[in-house]
Amino acid sequence: MLQDKDRIFTNLYGDDGVDLAAARARGDWDGTAGFIQKGREWLVEQVKASGLRGRGGAGFPTGLKWSFMPKQANGPVYLVVNADESEPGTCKDREIMRHEPQKLIEGCLIAGAAMGCTAGYIYIRGEYVREAEALERALAEAYADGLLGKNAAGSGFDYELYLHRGAGAYICGEETGLIESLEGKKGQPRLKPPFPAMVGLYGRPSTVNNVETIAVVPTILRRGAEWFAAIGPERNSGTKLFCVSGHVNNPCNVEEAMGIPLRELIDKHCGGVRGGWDNLLAVIPGGSSVPMIPKSVCDDIKLDFDSLKNAGTGLGTAAVIVMDKSTDIVKAIARLSKFYMHESCGQCTPCREGTGWLWRMMTRMAEGRARPEEIDLLWDVTKEIEGHTICALGDAAAWPVQGLIRHFRPEIERRIEAYTASQRLAAE
Amino acid sequence: MPKLTIDGQEIEVPAGSTVLQACEAAGREIPVFCFHPRLQIAGNCRMCLVEMEKSPKPIASCAMPAGDGMVIKTDTPQVHKARKGVLELLLINHPLDCPICDQGGECDLQDITLFYGPDSSRFAENKRPVADKYLGPLISTHMTRCIHCTRCIRFLDEIAGVEELGACDRGEHMEITTWIESALTSEMSGNIIDLCPVGALNSKPYEYRARTWELRKTESIDVMDAVGSNIRVDARGSEVMRILPRLHEDVNEEWISDKTRFAYDGLKKRRLDVPFVKKDGKLATSTWRAAFAAIRDELKDVPGNRIGFVIGDQVDCETMVLVKDLATALGSPNVDCRQDGTKLTAAARGAYLFNTTIAGIEQADACLLIGTNPRHEAPLVNARLRKRSRMGGFKVGRIGEPFDLTYPVTDLGAGGQTLRELSDGKHSFAEVLENASRPMLILGQGPLARADGAAILALAGEVAERFGMVGDDWNGFNVLHTAASRVGGLDLGLVPGEGGLDVAGMLQPGALDVLFLVGADEVEAKGLDGTFVVYMGTHGDRGVHGADVILPGAAFTEKHGTYVNTEGRPQRAKLAVFPPGEAKEDWKILRALSEVLGLTLPLNTMGDVRRRMAEIAPSLARIDEIEPAPFGGFGVAGDIGAEPFASPLRDFYLTNPIARASSVMQECSTLFVQGGSTGATGTHG
Repeated sequence: MLQDKDRIFTNLYGDDGVDLAAARARGDWDGTAGFIQKGREWLVEQVKASGLRGRGGAGFPTGLKWSFMPKQANGPVYLVVNADESEPGTCKDREIMRHEPQKLIEGCLIAGAAMGCTAGYIYIRGEYVREAEALERALAEAYADGLLGKNAAGSGFDYELYLHRGAGAYICGEETGLIESLEGKKGQPRLKPPFPAMVGLYGRPSTVNNVETIAVVPTILRRGAEWFAAIGPERNSGTKLFCVSGHVNNPCNVEEAMGIPLRELIDKHCGGVRGGWDNLLAVIPGGSSVPMIPKSVCDDIKLDFDSLKNAGTGLGTAAVIVMDKSTDIVKAIARLSKFYMHESCGQCTPCREGTGWLWRMMTRMAEGRARPEEIDLLWDVTKEIEGHTICALGDAAAWPVQGLIRHFRPEIERRIEAYTASQRLAAE
Repeated sequence: MPKLTIDGQEIEVPAGSTVLQACEAAGREIPVFCFHPRLQIAGNCRMCLVEMEKSPKPIASCAMPAGDGMVIKTDTPQVHKARKGVLELLLINHPLDCPICDQGGECDLQDITLFYGPDSSRFAENKRPVADKYLGPLISTHMTRCIHCTRCIRFLDEIAGVEELGACDRGEHMEITTWIESALTSEMSGNIIDLCPVGALNSKPYEYRARTWELRKTESIDVMDAVGSNIRVDARGSEVMRILPRLHEDVNEEWISDKTRFAYDGLKKRRLDVPFVKKDGKLATSTWRAAFAAIRDELKDVPGNRIGFVIGDQVDCETMVLVKDLATALGSPNVDCRQDGTKLTAAARGAYLFNTTIAGIEQADACLLIGTNPRHEAPLVNARLRKRSRMGGFKVGRIGEPFDLTYPVTDLGAGGQTLRELSDGKHSFAEVLENASRPMLILGQGPLARADGAAILALAGEVAERFGMVGDDWNGFNVLHTAASRVGGLDLGLVPGEGGLDVAGMLQPGALDVLFLVGADEVEAKGLDGTFVVYMGTHGDRGVHGADVILPGAAFTEKHGTYVNTEGRPQRAKLAVFPPGEAKEDWKILRALSEVLGLTLPLNTMGDVRRRMAEIAPSLARIDEIEPAPFGGFGVAGDIGAEPFASPLRDFYLTNPIARASSVMQECSTLFVQGGSTGATGTHG
């Protein structure tokens, strides 16, 4: 269990003030200029050494991503911060922006310096009205204090940081969809290659990072890459914000060490599963996009990128959705299918056509209004979508359904049987 | 030059190629819907997925740049499964209405499904219906059939330069629409019908009229403007059912203008299908024998210099050869093919051609437009200018009326004064031309048809010389014609001979005793009392108003004929259907007339005519080859009036008798030019 002294987000719950003075008292903006003056290479090396992996879902090593940016660019280069936190179950970035905005802003400056960016854009989810206001206030404070703009924080580095509000589309959280939206276009993911590091925002080299990824960077530098790397299992180092929701006694956001056992997380921080651990049915460990795991797997699974990947699921955004035995599991997944149908951008065929088909079949399956062989059809359709789309939304739509079929096929079959029997009865 | 392995076969492709192109180079056929070589890559249909070694997912070959050492597999179970899956998903919401769909028989979705698709549907839900959209009088929509490939959006954005279509909503509710209901205003909008891989966008005039496999396809040449677009005329029986573009990289690529595509209904209306002879002040139907006799009687004892010939805008070179020889036989010097009175002469070929050539525009780096609106005078030349403009590093300046040409244009001034300043190097644009390594200018017919046209031509020649537009390997001096027959006419020397009258002279009351209007409908021959007017042509248009005898001729789809485009490129139109009623091919009419007149021309077959044509103008025998013309012989220096330069076209849709007879073109004119409304809304079919 993570000790309090190792917590990065010490004001996660807003118990302390959120203004610049309070943030400084917590250690933010301490020695920022010094870090920047050590140069790009050093900054990237530190982040690489810390083993920080992207907190937005895919878990790509952050330092490596930063190193893809061109060393020499004739013209502007951008950092884009993905604050379009829309993954169902996820609410970690919101707390950072509400209560620790200076960590994010400081991180933006450092990341910008590490990649030679001329400006940064924070793209915040449209529904996050109060969070946008909080961030605006924090930005104004930072600018007033000379922490941004010309000679930011006295580092000799010029850096502008802008906040841009989205209009409420899940797909704008996909990095290239976000870039399109930021450019004022319809939020539709771009084809890759070229990757944003070559052709990104306004056609310039850009890096898109998650809020949490950026916000932890200043603390890593202050406390040292070794400190961060020492927390959690190998290749999955550091602390992580977990968002636990669903059937636990005390749903919460909590910063914990990577690799914490799921059961420990739920029991220690969330007051346990409603009705006790044995009442657990399944858990979606990383936001709605990842396949669920049944209780048997939950018993001793650790929460980090690799452990979950080996269990056939993923850490995603670390949004742990807990479902106890009262859950209508088929209906729950049908609801997720509806979400993906609604949020598909419509650009490419498999996702546009497939997500609707999935939802319609899932809706029938939830009632049992289907034929048993349609379960295989459902599986086939998820396979027709998965891996065939421009962005990962297709995969995200397919995986929850695959998880359901993998672990709860008998439940679906039972329903179909029951429904068929009831129809037969009604006919008689 | 990246080297790839495709299905075990090593292949080297040019740098910048995509995996799709590499696969095609290796002889692998990859099915595609959204990909189109002339449009930006969208990568959204996902039909072209192939397997790439070291990639966990199949890749979209249309969008993936070919890289050195890539190992691509196009024939594996994974690829087949992916294709089948994508097709199944495309088909779930696609209606099974192929039997009544216009695209049936030439549908990409049909063809690809046949080869790669599933054999039956597993989709048990309700299909998605989509409301049809109103896109104007030319394009009908069946949006339920749309597979969202976005080719139409990309064509209008990129090639046509009007951002009028887009995709609204998202996911399965995504629809291609104009957002605010309105007709597409592009003069090239019809091309999206060809681009549509399914039957979502159809030709409104052609809709439900024929099935593709019933049509007889004839490769021909368009005469609606002087571009000489390559077309295919699809006919059933004696009726032209539709006109489609044909590929010619140097002329029209694979596009045609809406006038070219949709004016064909004018071929079936207001046609002259029997000879007419005026009796008691009124035209009455007659016979060929009687009509020829009337002409013979009228020509008796008329001296040659009292006979004149005016040649229209859509006359083929073969007919013009006969006109030339007949005029010579009659001793008439009064022959003119410059119906609009343009001051070009037949003597200096370099001064009346589009010397840069249409494809050559892509090499230019600066362009000066003088009194021309290429968007309407020659939409495909404009498309080429836009293409060049999109490549970057291309500055366009214009002297004349401002008009949206779909690419950035700097307006320099209104008329002759600006041109003079430019030739003196005093204008700011002079610097642009000075610094350009391949500058070009395009001179329109508007300024040339003015009284001071020759002076404007001379001054344009000076500008060309001053800015080094003409060199050994570059000729940037261009005249943009609007009439399909004009360059051919000038090549054949159909201009007034020694002491002959030009068009304006011939139309003076009392100037002539007999006037032949050969397809000439843009001149007013009414009120020429005392002049016997013979009109030979296709339509009851302006030309027949003052006619005493009417000889029904053949339209461009009804005869074999040579046309020379504005570049000086001779091309051959072919007979697709026979002329209506008693109408005949024009050169045969003149040949028959010569016999009746006792001046029998020794041109008995098409071969004879073409041999004679090659005698007069050898270049016309070399089909599809441009004979470069020397620079020089430009007009006559003189004063230029103060009036601003203007394009001769006031109405793009109604420039010739065929278009004027077309109800589709009339509707377009009402809607787009006169700013009216056809009253149609989305609920009108």
